[in-house]
Amino acid sequence: MKKIITIVMLLGLAAQASAGKIVMEGSTTVLPIAQKAAEVFMKNNPDEEIVVRGGGSGVGIASMIDGTCDIADASRAIKPAELEKASKKGRDLKAHIIAMDGISHIVHPSNATTGLTREQIRLIYTSRVKNWKEIGGPDLKIVVISRDSASGTFEAFSELVLDKKKVRPDAIMQASNQGIASIVARTPGAIGYVGLGYVTDAVKAIAVDGVMPDKNSVLRNKYAISRPLFMYTVGVPQGTVKKFIDFLKGPEGQKIVGEEGFVPLK
Amino acid sequence: MNRRKERLIKWLFTVTAFASLAFLVGIVLVLFKEALPVFKVVSPKAFLLGTSWYPTAEPPEFGILPLIAASLWVTSGALLICVPLGVGSALYLHELAGAKQRALLKPVIEILASVPSIVYGFFGMVVVAPFLQRALDLPIGLTAFTTSLILGVMATPTVASIAEDALSYVPRSFREASFAVGADRWQTLTKVIIPAAGSGISTAVILGMSRAIGETMTVLMVAGGSAIIPESIFDPVRPMTAAIAAEMGEAPVGSDHYHALFAIALILFLITFVFNVAAEYISRRYRLKLGLAR
Repeated sequence: MKKIITIVMLLGLAAQASAGKIVMEGSTTVLPIAQKAAEVFMKNNPDEEIVVRGGGSGVGIASMIDGTCDIADASRAIKPAELEKASKKGRDLKAHIIAMDGISHIVHPSNATTGLTREQIRLIYTSRVKNWKEIGGPDLKIVVISRDSASGTFEAFSELVLDKKKVRPDAIMQASNQGIASIVARTPGAIGYVGLGYVTDAVKAIAVDGVMPDKNSVLRNKYAISRPLFMYTVGVPQGTVKKFIDFLKGPEGQKIVGEEGFVPLK
Repeated sequence: MNRRKERLIKWLFTVTAFASLAFLVGIVLVLFKEALPVFKVVSPKAFLLGTSWYPTAEPPEFGILPLIAASLWVTSGALLICVPLGVGSALYLHELAGAKQRALLKPVIEILASVPSIVYGFFGMVVVAPFLQRALDLPIGLTAFTTSLILGVMATPTVASIAEDALSYVPRSFREASFAVGADRWQTLTKVIIPAAGSGISTAVILGMSRAIGETMTVLMVAGGSAIIPESIFDPVRPMTAAIAAEMGEAPVGSDHYHALFAIALILFLITFVFNVAAEYISRRYRLKLGLAR
């Protein structure tokens, strides 16, 4: 009996010694990058193991503060309240910008609108414009679709487009980028917003203030509604965490960023 | 040795029996502890009767009346569907179905109960909502109506199987006495069996209601999520469960928003608690009435 226990303990120690297992959690916007990058990273480094989870920016940062994840994905900067909580627990969080993202406004493919101004979008989302005909479209009720007000994407949208004004209460609220894209794809009167990576042929992206959202316009800072995507770590990254972040910021990682529909840093 | 074993086993079962109690107490304690801090920033009255839910705005607004209204709205709609369907199928199973039909229908109803709610949600989102959107020419298919429809179907097996139990509790002698005084089958059913099983059927309805109001995944997927007090059955709504599920992941732990979500959970718990106590009370009274007290 004793022998078995000793062996189990030794095995446990051995597993810890080869370390290599890290947990990455957070933003659903960053998730496709995180997943693909982890996959390739593990293929290159068979000894390392990365567990990737979604949950949302807030969840990732909360887990990091509680010490249950090693990398927190976030589509927004950390909030002062979160920073304070982390420092209370003696954790000093470091931000790493790993990609840029543009928030694309999308409409149904049958919609003839090719572009709106930020002012018009603001009027739509604050319920002063309710029908497409008021902004030069057909006589069709606008179905406003938004991300849940606690999501990182919503926060960026609210800051960059709405000037922090409140979204009309009758807007359809969805918990994910995919949710918005699939509703817009089958609702003729709909308008919504998603990360660049979620724009497909099933929906139509429109220009904002005359600029189409794409890699070029985001990278050159011409497209106004863009934001950095983050990974947070505790202190200066070390070991596997450092290896992974370096990999993601390096040429191979940034290629994945581009392949997943986001904007590489260089 | 044997006696020690017996004592051990007895102790083990005692622990398992009291585990539920411990879980319940634990959940209630945590709910209260995490919910109460929100009332430092918003009065209970403003929380319950406020009509704007903007938990992340500056300054935030924590009025959950639209969420409560949405929950009650879709639950009432679901009742209009699951009560006739559930009670109807219970009556059919109990009174009219032959042995063969019963052998088929009962398991089918039970399987309906075991379909995971995400499957209902998916079905609602991909099939029912687009269909209603086209058929009724709605701006969008994710509405209170769609949600009620699906919740109604989901709650039907609960209502059917409890109502069927209630019917089977009615002693044979009642039916025989009714036939003996010359009543026909219809009269026996409407004047004797249903009144005798009435409180059991009410219990079924209340438990169906609990099922519908507590359902989360489905409402998250098909209700649309607009925090408005619904004015029509074709408005998109944001029931309490959907608000909690959608926002809990993103609310910073320990923030006012986080505590507000716990407070919603507490209100929801109190509502279903009242439902369940009512169901228990009614069913106990009816057993006494029939002389079945145990």
